[in-house]
Order: sequence, then C-alpha cells, then structure tokens
Amino acid sequence: MGTIIEFRNITKRFGPVVAVDDVSLTINEGEFFALLGPSGCGKTTLLRMLAGFELPTRGQIFIDGKDISRAPPNRRPVNMVFQSYAVFPHLSVLKNIEYGLRMDGVPAAERRARAEAALSLVQLEGYGERMPDQLSGGQRQRVALARAVVKRPRVLLLDEPLSALDAKLREELRFEMSALQDKLGITFVMVTHDQDEALVLATRCAVMNKGSLMQVATPADLYEFPASRLVADFIGSVNLFAGNVRSEEANHAIIDLPELGISAWLDHGTGTSETVQLWLALRPEKVELMKRGTTDRPPVMEGTPPGYNVAAGTILDIAYLGSESVYDIRLDGPETGKEGKRIRVIRPNLTRWDQEDFTWDEPVWIGWHAEAAHILQQ
Amino acid sequence: MREEPGLLDYARRWPLRLMVGTTFVFLYAPLFVLIAFSFNDSRRTARWVGFTLDWYKAAFADRELIAALGNSLTIAAATTLLSLILGTLAAIALWRFRFTGRAAVDGAFSLPIVAPEICMGVAMLIFFARVLPWPVGLPWPLNLGAIIIAHVAFAFPFVAVVIRARLASFNREMEEAARDLGAGPWRALADVVLPHLGPALVAGALLAFTLSLDDFVITFFTAGPDTVTFPVKVYSMVRFSVTPKVNAISTLLLVITVILTFIALRLQARATAEKPA
Ligand SMILES: Nc1ncnc2c1ncn2[C@@H]1O[C@H](COP(=O)(O)OP(=O)(O)O)[C@@H](O)[C@H]1O
Ligand SMILES: [Mg+2]
Repeated sequence: MGTIIEFRNITKRFGPVVAVDDVSLTINEGEFFALLGPSGCGKTTLLRMLAGFELPTRGQIFIDGKDISRAPPNRRPVNMVFQSYAVFPHLSVLKNIEYGLRMDGVPAAERRARAEAALSLVQLEGYGERMPDQLSGGQRQRVALARAVVKRPRVLLLDEPLSALDAKLREELRFEMSALQDKLGITFVMVTHDQDEALVLATRCAVMNKGSLMQVATPADLYEFPASRLVADFIGSVNLFAGNVRSEEANHAIIDLPELGISAWLDHGTGTSETVQLWLALRPEKVELMKRGTTDRPPVMEGTPPGYNVAAGTILDIAYLGSESVYDIRLDGPETGKEGKRIRVIRPNLTRWDQEDFTWDEPVWIGWHAEAAHILQQ
Repeated sequence: MREEPGLLDYARRWPLRLMVGTTFVFLYAPLFVLIAFSFNDSRRTARWVGFTLDWYKAAFADRELIAALGNSLTIAAATTLLSLILGTLAAIALWRFRFTGRAAVDGAFSLPIVAPEICMGVAMLIFFARVLPWPVGLPWPLNLGAIIIAHVAFAFPFVAVVIRARLASFNREMEEAARDLGAGPWRALADVVLPHLGPALVAGALLAFTLSLDDFVITFFTAGPDTVTFPVKVYSMVRFSVTPKVNAISTLLLVITVILTFIALRLQARATAEKPA
C-alpha cells in the first residue's frame, strides 16, 4: 500500500517549549497507526498539526502527496475524534452526525440516510433523537466516532479515544474500533499514552519522547526488538544489564555481564567490538525460575554451553496475579557478601498449584535461552 | 409531630430563620408600601383610607410622565441591543485572540464598571458639550442618541463580563470539532459558540436593560429639557411633592421589570434544557 501521510522535518515550538522536534514520518494507506509516548511528549501536538489546529513552526505535512501544512482544518481530508468527544450538546445525536455533511452541502435525504448508516455502524440504532446529555460516556464516544467517519475521511484521527472510559468498556471498545477499521478500510492515526492500547490496536507504532521519534515499528518488533533502553523500558517491563562483548562469531557472541559476575551466550553476533558499551535486555517472562538446593549444579539453558546464562539468587518478593506470578529476585552478584542486582521474573501459572512452587527467601537459579535476550547499544 | 432539627438543618433553627425574615422585611417592605399606597384613596402617603385606581388614571393622564416613560423604555431597548452586540464581540475578542495590549484592553473594558457613576456622568457631560455636541431639536427618537451612547458606554462592559464568564466554561474542542467537520471560522462561531452563550446573552440583555432603565446619575448629566427619562422625571416631581401618582407609575415599572425577568428566566431555563435545534 502507498504512503498516505508524510511528515517532513516537522518542528513545533510554543514559545521556548519545543513540543515536536524535527519529526519525519510516513504513514501508509490502511494502517492503524499509533503515536505512543509519555504525557507531554508532543503526540497530541503532532496530531493537531495533521488536523490543522496548529501550524508547524518548520517542516511540511503531505496528505496524498499534497502539501497541506498550512490548509485550514475545514479543507483537509481528515476527521478527528476528540479526547473530550466534543459532541455538540445542543444538537441531537443524528444532528450531530449530520453536521459535517451539512457543511459539505449534502442534500437532506442523503444526509439522513448516511447518518443513520453511521449510527448503526457504531451500534447506536434508535438513539438518533436523543440529546448528548442522555448518553453514557461510551455512547458519546461512539457518536463522536460516527460523526467523524460519516464524512468518509481519508484519515481518521483519534486523540486518546478510550482514556476517559472505565477499564471494562475500554476493552470492549478496543475490539469495536479494530473491527470498525477493518470494515471501513480508512487509515487510523491514534494518539495514546497507554502501551496496551497501542499494542492491541495498532498495526504500527511510533514511540515518542520529548518531542522526538524514538522508534517506529510494529507492536511485536517494539516489544521484541526495541531500539533503545528507553523504548524497551516504556513498552512493557524489562531487566537491563550493562556489558561488553567478550567474543564475537558469526553465529553467536559471548557478553560479559560484570554486574552479574557471569557471561551470557547469544544466538547471534552483535556487530560491535569489545570497547562498545552494551546493555542486555531481558523481558521478565523470558527468564526461567528453577529450584536450587545448597549443592545443586547450575542447570544448562537451551542453546548455550554449560556455565552460561545462569545465575544464582534469592526470592525477595512474590506477586500473585492469577494468570501469572511476578517474582522479585536478588541475584547473588559477583562479590560474596555484597548485594547483587535485582531481576524481575514472570512465570505463568499453568496449573492450579504452580503458584506454590516457590516461596519467599527461597534460593533459586534463574536462566535464559540463547534466543531470549536482546542487545541494546543506546 | 415536630422533630428536633438535625445537625445540618440550619433552616429549621431560629437564628437563621430570624435573619432570613429580617432580610426579607428590609428587602420587600419598602416595595410593598410603594405598591399599597399607589392604591390608597388619599393625597398623603401616611394612612390607609380606601382602595382607588385614581392615581393610575392620573399617571396615565400626565403626558410628560408618560413621555418620560416612553423615552426610558426606548433608551433601554436600544441600549440592550447595542450593549449585547458590543459586549459579546468584546468578550469573544478577548477570549479568542492573543494580541499585544490585550491586558490593557481588558482593563479598559472594566473601567466603566468600577468608575464612580458621578465621574462617568461629568465625563459624559463634558464629552457631549465639547467633543461630540449632540444636535438639539432632532426628531424623536434620534434626540435620545446622546443618552443611548452614554448608557451603552457603561452597560456593555457588564454584558462583556457576563459573556466572558460563560465563555470560560466553553470546551474549545467543540469549536475545533465544528471546524474539523467542515465549518469555516464564522460558521463555527455561530453554530457552536453562540448556542453555548445563550443563557449568558439573556442574562446580559436583562442586565443592560435594567441598568439603563433605572439609571439616574449619568442620565441626569446628559439629558436635555426635551429628553427627560423616567427616573429624572420622577426626581423632579418628588422635589415638589410626593404624590401617589409617582407610586402608581413606579409600581407599573416594577411590574414590567418583574415580567421581563420572568421571561428571561424562562428562556434561560429552556436554553439550559438543551432542546433539539
Ligand atoms: N497551545 C500550547 N501552548 C503552549 N504549550 C503547549 C501548547 N500545546 C502543547 N504545549 C506543550 O507542548 C508539549 C507537548 O504537548 P502535547 O502534544 O499535548 O503532549 P502529549 O499529547 O504527548 O501529552 C507540552 O510540554 C505542552 O505543555
Ligand atoms: Mg495528549
């Protein structure tokens, strides 16, 4: 599919504040694209520049190859679902949905038909005559959605569309939005600070921080192959250990991890030299937890020779979450008597008794496979 | 059976009841006396003699008094309309745009609210004597022009304050949504911002109307011999003698004001109920 939106070196300043800093980004037709980042990182500003509510300080924005950087909001082929929904309180649901069509001069009969169709698309048949203050938050969100898609925009913009709803409704609407996008085939661009929302909904995500793009990738790539410690930490949780390459081959590498006093075996080369500072990123669910008596031999992890990717530790804390348990483990560390690094391990509760396997203060082995860890250079 | 008042049932405890009662007496007793004696069959406003409508007949027969009332109502209507337009535009400009000197303009708008009325009156007198002499002998209602200008000058800042207070509760995303859906800037203003202002427009109009209708000080300095307003006329009548005729016409004014307020409140209630447009 072709490019539909292009941001070219977009910078936006508000006085001394640089809200968006030299962002270049292309979004493809039919994508469900998410702008993800902590609060204040400039996601909304980027979206508002796309809608036409802010003008870029520098750079250009193209839609379908046309430079629309300075076009007014009513002359852009995009429509927006606002964070507050902004459903007009003095108009009925149907009149709200018809508003955009009326602005386009669509004849009354067609207007009514399209509005009714949009209403059933968001499963609000029969609500047309209601006033917005007679609707729940979730229903108002659907009205906002219907009002935006009824104009058949090239791109639908959504600013934190679900953040004002409670958890259960949020989950429900996630699936509905996903289904809606499939049905309409419109490109969606969504702003969110909720990583779960982005991972579930988006086909591709841009992670932003302090006005800059950190990484643009699919949700799976963001999680499994983050480009930096910042992204790794923002998407899910991660254990990070500083290290250096000890030996590098085509099909494997050995990384010294001085904080742990052990070496890690990787299933691939790192493409760097010994002097480069690296970090080993290890997701909690990719670490295995094993019993350790006082005399046990260290286990051998899959894909690694004996003596690699295994460390001794003690359980500090356990959080039982039903589907899984989270273990906080203190590693023994390189020097005896000194407290070592801590590592977080997630273990699925595959049977009803799994949560009883380990207990507080129990000595354990932790270990990971050669394919489990990811190497970061920044 | 009477129950003991609860801890928070302030309204059922005697100190509060006494205070509320006293307040009502001070608020309404003078008005009640005014109304009662407009029906009193006696020249003196001291003792109740009997019911009569003679004072109303006398008041309506007094051509000068009726002319003054007509002047006042005309001035008030014109002032309301102009103040509403000016006040709304000023409020929207101050809310919508950032420009250099915005704070100064903001302050300048509220000056007429805090300036002593006597200063405004003298200022108007000098203004119309030296700067913009209003031609004498114009046909009615053009001869009221100077007074209308003076009234608008002190009334529209009140309208602007009311409108601005309402604008503060306006969700900007509403206007952006209208723009996003294809409305131009003016269209969005008319379709989304103005409906939100509805109740404030009613309140502002009411405020301007009553401010204008009962203004004495500023009018006194701008009125000429052929442009006497109702308060000025009453003042001059009372200087000779207090007749129940004044009571009668004042009662009428009170009734007009109450009816207008009632209508305004009804309109406002309907605007708040947010009926389909
Ligand atoms: N209209 C504005 N005026 C001044 N500063 C603004 C304005 N809009 C946003 N900002 C600033 O720009 C930065 C990015 O804001 P925003 O895009 O809303 O972040 P996000 O949506 O990621 O939370 C913040 O520091 C914010 O304070
Ligand atoms: Mg935001």
